[in-house]
Amino acid sequence: MSATEELLRVDGLKKTFSIGVGLFSRPLVLTALEDISFSVRRGETLGIVGESGCGKSTLGRCILQLLAPDEGRVLWLGQDLTQLDTEEMRKRRRDLQVIFQDPLASLNPRMTVGDIIADPLRTLMPELTRQQRRERVIRIMEAVGLLPEMINRYPHEFSGGQAQRIGIARALVTEPKLIVCDEPVSALDVSIQAQILNLLTDLKDEFGLTLIFISHNLSVVRHVSDRIMVLYLGRIVEMASGDAIYGDARHPYTKALLTAVPIADPQLARQRQVDALKGEIPSPINPPSGCTFRTRCRYARAICAELRPPLETLAGERLVACHRWREIEELGEAAANS
Amino acid sequence: MAPVLTVENLNVTFALHGSEVRAVSDLNFSLAAGETLAVVGESGSGKSQAFLSIMGLLARNGRASGKALLGDVDLVGMPADRLDAYRGRDIAMIFQDPMTSLNPSLKVKTQLAEVLVRHQGMEKRQAQMQAIEMLERVGIPEPQKRANAYPHELSGGMRQRVMIAMALLCRPKILIADEPTTALDVTVQAQMLELFKNLTDDFGTALVLITHDLGVVAGIADNMMVMYGGRAVETGDTDTLFYDPRHPYTYGLLNSTPHVERKTHRLNPIEGLPPSLEHLPKGCAFHPRCAFHFADCLERRPPLVEEEGGRRRACFFHGPLHLSEHVA
Repeated sequence: MSATEELLRVDGLKKTFSIGVGLFSRPLVLTALEDISFSVRRGETLGIVGESGCGKSTLGRCILQLLAPDEGRVLWLGQDLTQLDTEEMRKRRRDLQVIFQDPLASLNPRMTVGDIIADPLRTLMPELTRQQRRERVIRIMEAVGLLPEMINRYPHEFSGGQAQRIGIARALVTEPKLIVCDEPVSALDVSIQAQILNLLTDLKDEFGLTLIFISHNLSVVRHVSDRIMVLYLGRIVEMASGDAIYGDARHPYTKALLTAVPIADPQLARQRQVDALKGEIPSPINPPSGCTFRTRCRYARAICAELRPPLETLAGERLVACHRWREIEELGEAAANS
Repeated sequence: MAPVLTVENLNVTFALHGSEVRAVSDLNFSLAAGETLAVVGESGSGKSQAFLSIMGLLARNGRASGKALLGDVDLVGMPADRLDAYRGRDIAMIFQDPMTSLNPSLKVKTQLAEVLVRHQGMEKRQAQMQAIEMLERVGIPEPQKRANAYPHELSGGMRQRVMIAMALLCRPKILIADEPTTALDVTVQAQMLELFKNLTDDFGTALVLITHDLGVVAGIADNMMVMYGGRAVETGDTDTLFYDPRHPYTYGLLNSTPHVERKTHRLNPIEGLPPSLEHLPKGCAFHPRCAFHFADCLERRPPLVEEEGGRRRACFFHGPLHLSEHVA
């Protein structure tokens, strides 16, 4: 099988939430995601970054069909998951699994560790015998660094890092092809976070996994990802390889975001010019017209309010959505005043 | 310069299940005027409890002993009514989640003015004017309008600015900030750190920044205190500790941190888990996770000893810290 085989393709995805009624009984609609198209190749780790309200978690849930998108297709090896009925989707869930942020909250406190990890096998692979299930659970527990004698313990007996290992074991037990990791290390202490990141890297190699890694932490995403998608208010603003994003970003938002990330190196931190963005992220209920980033962008011009910038494909499989990125490349800082 | 705060032999214990749990042990440090000190540690390191005890904000089952000298006034064990003369005026504290620190049923200006009315006996109208000025100082756009808002009408970043404005109203000598940017988005966090830098310069306020994020520390702190299991394990100026960490825990923390400015191939995590305060290991609390420990570390607790360059360190190991040579 070729290394560049497309496992997942998302095409024109849109997701809105209706959130009650506004003035004069007008329905209030929050557009969480719009015009989202991308693909994921077998064996890669795709990082998805963005700040609150950018839609990164909603995107993960739409891919997994935990939320039904309003428009667009989610193609898994060519098959549109949005068209599957519950029973057909259940069969597919063997291949697509998820790891959540809060490890303790995502584990049933009344089930033993063994039962929690075996749960997906009962529903998704009912053909397995009890003995086969148990063997698999023990094998997976060992793979994620849990001692098999912990099999009869309950979640509250575990620390956050160990609970996340249980969450990872539950995701791995059906031997999925793709795992969506939604902020999997955000709730963990720094020393434990490093253990879990290394574990995910090892498991990816061992099980030939493909990962979608969603996080607000750009340092963590850089560490794990091959390619990175940057979201802002529900739209893709830039997508490229990790090195291209971190070394040679094109979109003003990506650039600003990167200078805002704290650097754990005092001398570099002192030298660096922080491109402090003005203001905060606008409400997704009433997003700015045209380019949604324009209200915080130093380079914004009249056109940015009138027209939504299309997502352009550049050389080297890069995507960028900005009217002025070429000018900014040529003129540098001067583009802010031209 | 005389320190604005001197902490001597600070201990914090909690009565839990009929026994006594130590959250902070034998803490000694001082804070100079205008200094920014980062207190770094993971959950259960005692970093928050140490400063809550200085502010007289421990939970009911908590007890503090030792000294926290604000000038020549000892804050530890002072009854609440006497503490109130200093809290908010000379020493202020802000927290991670500003929503839980603001009164949801009062307008922003009412809450801010109350501080000045109470501490400086200011007349209400004048207090509100000053409150609005301070809102402008901390970068709140349209401060007149925001002053009339209720906390829920503001974004997370704005609320944290309101908290900072409130804390600075009486121009305190010391501001303690407990994970003040942890709940904020990264672009807003950058604005907030910039604000802290300007404010410590402008007001000469000493800032204690309690955090788990070494990136935040690198950009803002003059000095660092690294805590583990309720004790300071290494202290010194920020550059010294970042570029030449000598305590294996400091070294491990730095090696566990992914970097944004360069691609790391593999992180070097600290093995094992932070200890529970109810079952602290004997000897050095870090020894079960330490690649460098030897027999002594299991029996005796290393004291915090001053070394060259103003560094203090609590560790018996004196060789170079290179993980690859020590870990089989």
